[in-house]
Amino acid sequence: MSISNQTVEYLAKLARITLKGEEVSALAKELEDIVSFIDKLNNVNIDNIEPTSHVHNIKNVFREDEIKSSLDRDLSLENSPDSKQEFFKVFKVIE
Amino acid sequence: MFNTLTAHELTEKLKSAEISKGDILTSLKKQIKKNEDKVKAFVDFKESGIIDNNNSGCLSSIPVVVKDNICVKGSLTTCASRILDGFKSPYDATVIKKLKASGAIILGRANMDEFAFGSSCENSAYFVTRNPWDLTRVPGGSSGGSAAAVASDETIFALGSDTGGSIRQPASFCSVVGLKPTYGRVSRYGLVAFASSLDQIGPLTKDVTDSAILLNVIAGYDEMDSTSLYVDVPDYTKSLTGDIKGITIGIPKEYFIEGISQDVKKATNEAIEVLRKKGAKIKEISLPHTEYAVSVYYIIATAEASSNLARFDGVKYGLRISQEDNKKLSLKETYFKTRGAGFGSEAKRRIILGTYVLSHGYYDAYYLRAQKVRTLIKKDFLDAFKEVDCIVTPTSPTAAFKIGEKIKDPLSMYLSDIFTISANLAGIPAISVPCGFTKDKLPIGLQFLSNILDEETLFRTAFSYEQSTDWHNIKPNLE
Repeated sequence: MSISNQTVEYLAKLARITLKGEEVSALAKELEDIVSFIDKLNNVNIDNIEPTSHVHNIKNVFREDEIKSSLDRDLSLENSPDSKQEFFKVFKVIE
Repeated sequence: MFNTLTAHELTEKLKSAEISKGDILTSLKKQIKKNEDKVKAFVDFKESGIIDNNNSGCLSSIPVVVKDNICVKGSLTTCASRILDGFKSPYDATVIKKLKASGAIILGRANMDEFAFGSSCENSAYFVTRNPWDLTRVPGGSSGGSAAAVASDETIFALGSDTGGSIRQPASFCSVVGLKPTYGRVSRYGLVAFASSLDQIGPLTKDVTDSAILLNVIAGYDEMDSTSLYVDVPDYTKSLTGDIKGITIGIPKEYFIEGISQDVKKATNEAIEVLRKKGAKIKEISLPHTEYAVSVYYIIATAEASSNLARFDGVKYGLRISQEDNKKLSLKETYFKTRGAGFGSEAKRRIILGTYVLSHGYYDAYYLRAQKVRTLIKKDFLDAFKEVDCIVTPTSPTAAFKIGEKIKDPLSMYLSDIFTISANLAGIPAISVPCGFTKDKLPIGLQFLSNILDEETLFRTAFSYEQSTDWHNIKPNLE
């Protein structure tokens, strides 16, 4: 399958990443190679096979809804590039 | 000197008061000072960054190096990525809590491929770590810094993480012992997520005994990781008997493929003979879906990575690029610019590939199909373990390659994990131990795989092999 620059640009938009022009064309070529390699999975018969999303047969883990201590707010904000009082600060979202 | 010894050897000497904690640290600091400029295993070694510990326990006074994607409270954790520049962990990963409780000293953080994306350490945003056996070659990856630090005796042991071979392949390239435990055996709380259904933390050590001692410490259920398994942890050192009479070892014919180096093939066959002589029964087996493992892995791992890495948005931590040419960017533009500048090229490649296989119209063709083939790969192993107790293969098809040799060709880099990936897809444990050298004196690793939660058989067979050989005692010459 061929992968165009437009496809890469569309994927970059979905993934919220700015790519430089040369990155787009290089990725298109590399993705094409990788995708044609992984296309060999089309040779496998997967009729009536269940997908594996988790290797062990474990179910949801439930616990009592008890109040426990959690990460301190000041500590949580310590790594923020910009914070004010008890909030992460970003620019206005709604115009 | 003391820095060349194992944890269990040092513990004996500490008990008899032959040496002190200070002696161990002094000899390690001396070794680091002498060799770190050549090897570059640490992200940034600082004496002031050593986290001392006076707890008594089975690792009392034993120094450890931690891969840069495992959170150590108050220390930088950057995953060797610019996007986590300056990030200081607000808490300890569960494995770090356990190490501290057992008395271990944290020496520093090991270099790695950015977010564990790679097989060579060349994708680090800092620098390339070098293989202590040949400084022009890669140490393997992604836990390359951890493996190189152990091999060059700059630490006693190290922690790494393994998503598709990231502990075992560098262990093999550097001639150390690397263990990927059963998925869920060790808590992932505090490990920066790459592919959540595949990631496991594990030890890189100088011998199998240390590997068992370390797994004793870090294994176990953790309520902070809902995928950790609620099962008791046996004393793994009890498996170190040296006796493998009655054990059946499977040799999968699909692992002796074209492209495997002759030296690796020869060393593996010789190792199999050693195991046979020790009393193991050797049986050829088939794992028919082996050839699809790399494809399945690069769909599932990149899909999970693209979703896990969505959290790096410049808001909560790390890099933020919020203006350009003195102009303030909108929130959305900030996301785009921050991620564009913060992620390296392999991270971008995997995010874009992961986004592709999950995107509308391709989900069934790629992601769902890969999950189904994953079921078949797991079934291959479960069927095999009805007939054999463990499986032996080479860890990697070749010894360490040259720095720069594969970095321009992502697909050939991906194929260097061909023998290690299946264990992660199936969730089973696997260990790599030194099994010889190529004609060019480069280390070769032997991989043992066993059934889910049967690390005991791994330790039993790997220890028995180690007892009969001297490969693990040979050290690189860094003069």
